[in-house]
Amino acid sequence: MSEKKHTLSVLVENTPGALARIAGLFSGRGFNIDSLCVAETLDPTLSHLTLVTRGDDLIIEQIIKQLRRLIDVYRVVDVTEEGEFVEREMALIKVRAEKETRAEVLRMCDIFRCKVVDVSPRTYTIEVTGPQSKLQAVIELLKPLGIKEIVRTGVIAMKREKKAP
Amino acid sequence: MTGAQMIVEALKREGVEVIFGYPGGAVIDIYDELYRTPEIKHVLVRHEQGAAHAADGYARSTGKVGVCLVTSGPGATNTVTGIATAYMDSIPMVILTGQVPTKLIGNDAFQEVDITGITRPCTKHNFLVKRTEDLPRILKAAFHIARTGRPGPVLVDLPKDVQQGKAEFYWPEEIRLRSYNPVYDPHPRQVEKAYRLLESCTRPVVLVGGGAIASGAHEEIRELAERLHLPVTMTLMGLGGFPGTHPQSLGMLGMHGTYYANMAVANSDLILAVGARFDDRVTGKVDAFAPMAKIIHIDIDPTSIQKNVRVDVPIVGDCKRALEKLLSVIKEVGRPEKIWREQFKDWWEQIEIWKKRYPLTYKQEGDYIKPQFVIEKLYELTRGEAIVTTEVGQNQMWTAQYYKFDKPRTLITSGGLGTMGFGFPAAIGAQMGNPDKTVIDIAGDGSIQMNIQEMATAMEQGLPVKVIILNNGYLGMVRQWQELFYERRYSAVKFQVLPDFVKLAEAYGALGLRATRPEEVEPVLREALASDRLTLVDIHIAPEEGVFPMVPAGRATTEMILV
Ligand SMILES: Cc1ncc(C[n+]2csc(CCOP(=O)(O)OP(=O)(O)O)c2C)c(N)n1
Repeated sequence: MSEKKHTLSVLVENTPGALARIAGLFSGRGFNIDSLCVAETLDPTLSHLTLVTRGDDLIIEQIIKQLRRLIDVYRVVDVTEEGEFVEREMALIKVRAEKETRAEVLRMCDIFRCKVVDVSPRTYTIEVTGPQSKLQAVIELLKPLGIKEIVRTGVIAMKREKKAP
Repeated sequence: MTGAQMIVEALKREGVEVIFGYPGGAVIDIYDELYRTPEIKHVLVRHEQGAAHAADGYARSTGKVGVCLVTSGPGATNTVTGIATAYMDSIPMVILTGQVPTKLIGNDAFQEVDITGITRPCTKHNFLVKRTEDLPRILKAAFHIARTGRPGPVLVDLPKDVQQGKAEFYWPEEIRLRSYNPVYDPHPRQVEKAYRLLESCTRPVVLVGGGAIASGAHEEIRELAERLHLPVTMTLMGLGGFPGTHPQSLGMLGMHGTYYANMAVANSDLILAVGARFDDRVTGKVDAFAPMAKIIHIDIDPTSIQKNVRVDVPIVGDCKRALEKLLSVIKEVGRPEKIWREQFKDWWEQIEIWKKRYPLTYKQEGDYIKPQFVIEKLYELTRGEAIVTTEVGQNQMWTAQYYKFDKPRTLITSGGLGTMGFGFPAAIGAQMGNPDKTVIDIAGDGSIQMNIQEMATAMEQGLPVKVIILNNGYLGMVRQWQELFYERRYSAVKFQVLPDFVKLAEAYGALGLRATRPEEVEPVLREALASDRLTLVDIHIAPEEGVFPMVPAGRATTEMILV
């Protein structure tokens, strides 16, 4: 069976220890977490967690069942399997911007609709948001100009609403 | 009310009759309350591991939740093996641990340890209580979680200031946890599918696991097996889930299972697994496990299904309810018993051939006492009526093979974790819960020394537990592996020093007996069974006797070593 990337959307009780339990489940069973994002939901007693992991169908089935087995876990949805979904990640990229490349960096920002959020005589720090593929593209293009530092948030995802009646 | 009062009040309301524990600074307030609460019996153990195993043995033998109470830090860590043992076998337990005051948590305070962190992977759930007013609700939830769904141990960590704080006692009559909703009722369509498979198969086997005992499904299993004339095999944890003396019983399967159980499973075309999780000791090499069989798997825990083997008809639900449903479908269809018999006639003929070819046997001859002979005698003398706990190793496997467990909750053994030192404290717990029954721990000379200090506990409580040591002077099971797979390089399996177990028993004030020759076995066992106090019997068995059949680890279950 082939490995596939899966984005899981998990609702979990907002209690101390809940996140540790989820992380511990992955480490304890040798499952890998590609990325993990957590924050409170509209209901402050629940946290929402987007978790990206990979594995064949059997492993993903186990991961989902193991997550559901945790007493604190309210709901688990494999958004990858539920039809279309929107996915976003944000990155802050500090890129070298000296005399000869400053214009080039700004041009890139323009093309990818990134925002410059900090400027120094030798660098720009830019904010880029989008699906992982877009972030990857921006990073690849900026690399030759000299990236000094990158911080990424990890993916958040949401199912798309059905459009046709 | 103080927190400590609330804790004791909550225990009373949960119907707790007995607690196994060991005091310390972090739980002294609770102990002070217990001092004033004669309704709850406290059993003072000699080591916290003993407390956890005793609570476990109490739970396994009674079906109630076992409770233990220990102090923070070292008290708490000493219970971890016991907690993990209970977790692996899905035993309902509540472990109460003291904790340093909330203000000091995380400061490396005296006797502080992050016990909720340590036990996260081996508890069903755990709680750190932060406020006194939360105590009743959390304790109620802990008991609820421990005993419902797939049962398991739940730990509640109790900081000292939470025990000393004051708040109003509010007892929730009902507990609902929105994120915890075990499924009890099987899906009707799945049950029908299962029925159809039964109707169309020709070589079925029922596989009974520990979950069947936990859900109390033994009557239903028997009815199903008899109505449809199905052969039944059991995992170690499933022994007693179907009568071992029943003509349709094939005994245990797996690594030390019977030849005929393993052959039947390997050649079956349908396995109906009831509360069994397909542990590697049962399946052997998974790819070669029952290659022709369709599998129906009933389990309360969806995680167990499809974990180790592919399953054709998953039935998530309580084993008892699922079998009730299946039986009602069977009754509705009303297929005559004669037709079922006819359907499986050839299959039974084949099974009988296997049974005749390699029955479970041994020979009691010469001067050496054979351990199998001891177990058979014990079975005869107790008429199979005892509650038997075991340690881990050869003693455990001989017991599983030769004591025919007819009733559920009569074999108490560490199946999942395989914990040496479990049997004796578990026997103490079982005897506390069953004062009128004969409780026997079948032990190895290695295992018994892991918690032998609990002799004092049993004496203090006046418990007439019988400990039968099958003394081979070796860590026998490891020696057996070294003999078979490591060219007899007996590394670290021979004890140079063994205590005189009879004197040791006497030192504790117990009765000590010994047998070194075959003819002494019966009289000594009789004397032990007749005794009304703690009795330790040291039986010197053939030192190099092995457990057979045996499937080498990682091999197909058909590749058995038979002698
Ligand atoms: C706590 C623990 N440590 C080590 C083991 C590994 N182990 C399994 S069986 C065994 C030998 C047990 O020897 P003994 O209790 O004398 O029983 P016998 O096999 O001789 O009946 C050992 C060391 C274990 N199961 N549990």
